[in-house]
Amino acid sequence: MKAGFAGYRLFCRRSERMVFAGLDFAVGSGGDLLLTGPNGSGKSSLLRLMAGLIRPYSGRLEHDGMRLTDDPAHHREIVAYLGHQDAVKPMLTVGESTRFWAGMRGRRDKAEAAMAAMGLTELADLPGRFLSSGQRRRAALARVIAGGAPIWLLDEPTVGLDVKSIAALEAALAAHRAGGGTVIAATHGPIALPGAGGLNLAEFAPDDVTGEEAA
Amino acid sequence: MNAALALFLHDLRLQLRHGTDLIAPLAFFVLATLMVPLGVGPEPNLLARLAPGMLWITALLATLLALDRLFQRDFEDGTLDLLALSPLPLELAVLAKVAAHWVTTGLPLLIIAPVLGVMLHLDTGSYVTLEISLLLGTPVLSMIGAFGAAVTLGARRGGALLALLVLPLYVPILIFATSAIGAAGEGLSPRPHLLLLASVFAGGIVLVPFAAAAALRNALE
Repeated sequence: MKAGFAGYRLFCRRSERMVFAGLDFAVGSGGDLLLTGPNGSGKSSLLRLMAGLIRPYSGRLEHDGMRLTDDPAHHREIVAYLGHQDAVKPMLTVGESTRFWAGMRGRRDKAEAAMAAMGLTELADLPGRFLSSGQRRRAALARVIAGGAPIWLLDEPTVGLDVKSIAALEAALAAHRAGGGTVIAATHGPIALPGAGGLNLAEFAPDDVTGEEAA
Repeated sequence: MNAALALFLHDLRLQLRHGTDLIAPLAFFVLATLMVPLGVGPEPNLLARLAPGMLWITALLATLLALDRLFQRDFEDGTLDLLALSPLPLELAVLAKVAAHWVTTGLPLLIIAPVLGVMLHLDTGSYVTLEISLLLGTPVLSMIGAFGAAVTLGARRGGALLALLVLPLYVPILIFATSAIGAAGEGLSPRPHLLLLASVFAGGIVLVPFAAAAALRNALE
């Protein structure tokens, strides 16, 4: 499974404000990238941009040398996105929710293993409204694991997680990379990604507020 | 296609578990129709003349009640991000959600409408046409509503905006449906009106998923 994912001279503008400018990145298969930078430097924007939820103001994203805009359907197959929100429905149990999202990717049978990986097996019959914020985060991570996409885009995956859950997440990330998968994560939290490439978004801050040109 | 079916069942299950979602439009439909004889008096001929229009207007307003929940919750809790990134094309996801919405709002109206028709002294020859018009018309209400809900997503006080945007678009359905029921009541053929209604349905099912999906992508930007 080859998953070389790269971006060239990316500019991102959010409602008249340039967030970052002239950003390049590249991640090989089995590699990972840790996004750092102060609040507001565009980590979340970059992840949404990588996911294809927002379009870059200019620049291009490529996967194995092919532009994402040429084949958005393929891109949706290969990325899994974890945003700030956990998308856990109050009226659905953890099991129903995880099986549904796994089923949307044709991997309904992988849901149980993914829940076990995040220590959710005992909570499988609990409706979302009874979950703590850490448990909701684990449910959201189980959905990413069950989906089996090669590229994981994780926005602050450790928010609300206890030490044991962080260890479970680290194990899941290591297993994903060992299988040739890619992890791109933005985090302030304590998480071990051995050998991860780093990308500090502060380096790509636009020169001025209008941010016409930088770098 | 399996994914679209899974999404349909998922949405259906969610809406059935929110009991009030199911009851509110139906209760509104019944109560608002009950107001008519109280307001205009119990004179059977007058009620019979008003019945097609009143039934359809209250049905329009009843479906309007349930529209904002179509995408709003998914937008707020991040589900819409995931749907936009799922391998299932967003256009088909829209169609699956609209279908689930119709089953929980339009279908109950369709089932209760004949009872309300009796109360309003609807002409005996009009019942079949009433049901066919609702069967063809209420899915279009859900579709147009989905488009409106997608366009107003993220707007502040989107509910009021949604009603203003969607009600004018409901006009053709109201006209074709009530003329069909009226024609049947007078012993004429409702067929041409129903065919026009069917063509609106056919147009909607093709166009709405694309328009709504484009609006949703825009809202996620």
